[in-house]
Amino acid sequence: MSLKPKSNWELIKNGMFGENTIFRMAISLCPSIAVTNGMKNGMALGIAVMFVQTMVNATVSLMRKFIHPKIRIPIFMLIIAGYVTIIDMLMATYARPIYKEIGLYIQIIVAFASIFARAEVFANKNKLVPAICDGLGMGIGFLLAMLVISFFRELLGKGELFGYSIIAGNPLLIMVLPAGGFLAVGLLMGFFNWIDMRFFGGKGASGV
Amino acid sequence: MGIDWVKLFELVVSSALINNFVFTMFLGLCIFFGVSKKMETAVGMSITFLMVMVVSAALSWIVYQLIMVPLDLGFLKIIVFIGIVAAFVQSADIIMKKVSPVLYYKLGVYLALITTNCIIIAVPLHNAGEHYTFLESIAFAIGSGLGFGLALIIMASIREKLEVADVPAPFRGLPISFILAGLIALAFTGFSGLITL
Repeated sequence: MSLKPKSNWELIKNGMFGENTIFRMAISLCPSIAVTNGMKNGMALGIAVMFVQTMVNATVSLMRKFIHPKIRIPIFMLIIAGYVTIIDMLMATYARPIYKEIGLYIQIIVAFASIFARAEVFANKNKLVPAICDGLGMGIGFLLAMLVISFFRELLGKGELFGYSIIAGNPLLIMVLPAGGFLAVGLLMGFFNWIDMRFFGGKGASGV
Repeated sequence: MGIDWVKLFELVVSSALINNFVFTMFLGLCIFFGVSKKMETAVGMSITFLMVMVVSAALSWIVYQLIMVPLDLGFLKIIVFIGIVAAFVQSADIIMKKVSPVLYYKLGVYLALITTNCIIIAVPLHNAGEHYTFLESIAFAIGSGLGFGLALIIMASIREKLEVADVPAPFRGLPISFILAGLIALAFTGFSGLITL
């Protein structure tokens, strides 16, 4: 944590690139593979996560003076679970076809390390507006990662984007299979590490 | 009421191999990549995981079928299940520390990690969604736990060898592990169709 407070825009940017949940921090990986076999699903889950992350950050930030530090973990869990239930019901009602495919993963948002981590590390110590910006940035970063992964997987695996066919001919079936998800994430992660090392002199997120 | 052992056995096998949580449903990846660096930690994690999985599945089944279904409170299941798992893990942590410090020293670290694992919450949700009986829920939980342990141990044994391999710099660490997992997943697709439920 830097000592100098960051501006709101810097907070959003930090969530999108600097600490991108999937490619840099390498947490909340489960959905990055599970729902990215099509861009539609990837986007739906990305938006759901963005909503939950922002709302949780806002709520925790507003309540931070009333939450006793010793019982903060169950309380954060309850706050997260509340918002997940809301988005779960909303999607079940208004986005029925998508919900049928990714419903389980929407419910799983409750166990996302990234949401919990931001509530604990950031929202618990900051005012409302920075907390919202941080949540929004993290959410957008997650959404971007989902879009990038699902872009490659749907294009290569089915020759389609958003369900419209783009390439004719035989697609690489492996990319939409479970195995392809692991390969796509691995290769993309390596690629972003390479960019970081080559052009920005970073050490790469070898992490974990 | 007779117990359908064949069905239970099929549930265990199918949830461990065919619908392996890690390789076909991609749950629990954070822990899967986090603790698969060393064989010893992988084994410790698998054992702890299996125990927590079975007990939390049983507890959630009791609460869900006996309290929530009669009262028509199904919509609260996410909140209730995460509460059950968190409370159970916390109390197991405290009890283990008092009763068996040796065991706690060995497995305590993993217990804390387990609450944030998606599989542990996915299993009760799946059980509730499929309306499994009590024994079926347990069988499903055992199978999932075994499957997770299997995945973890395979991965750990490969990653130990990987330490000495010459991997291109940008791929060191996580990216290469992902590609490895992809190859293992490809092998696991071979199990599909082994049993049709």
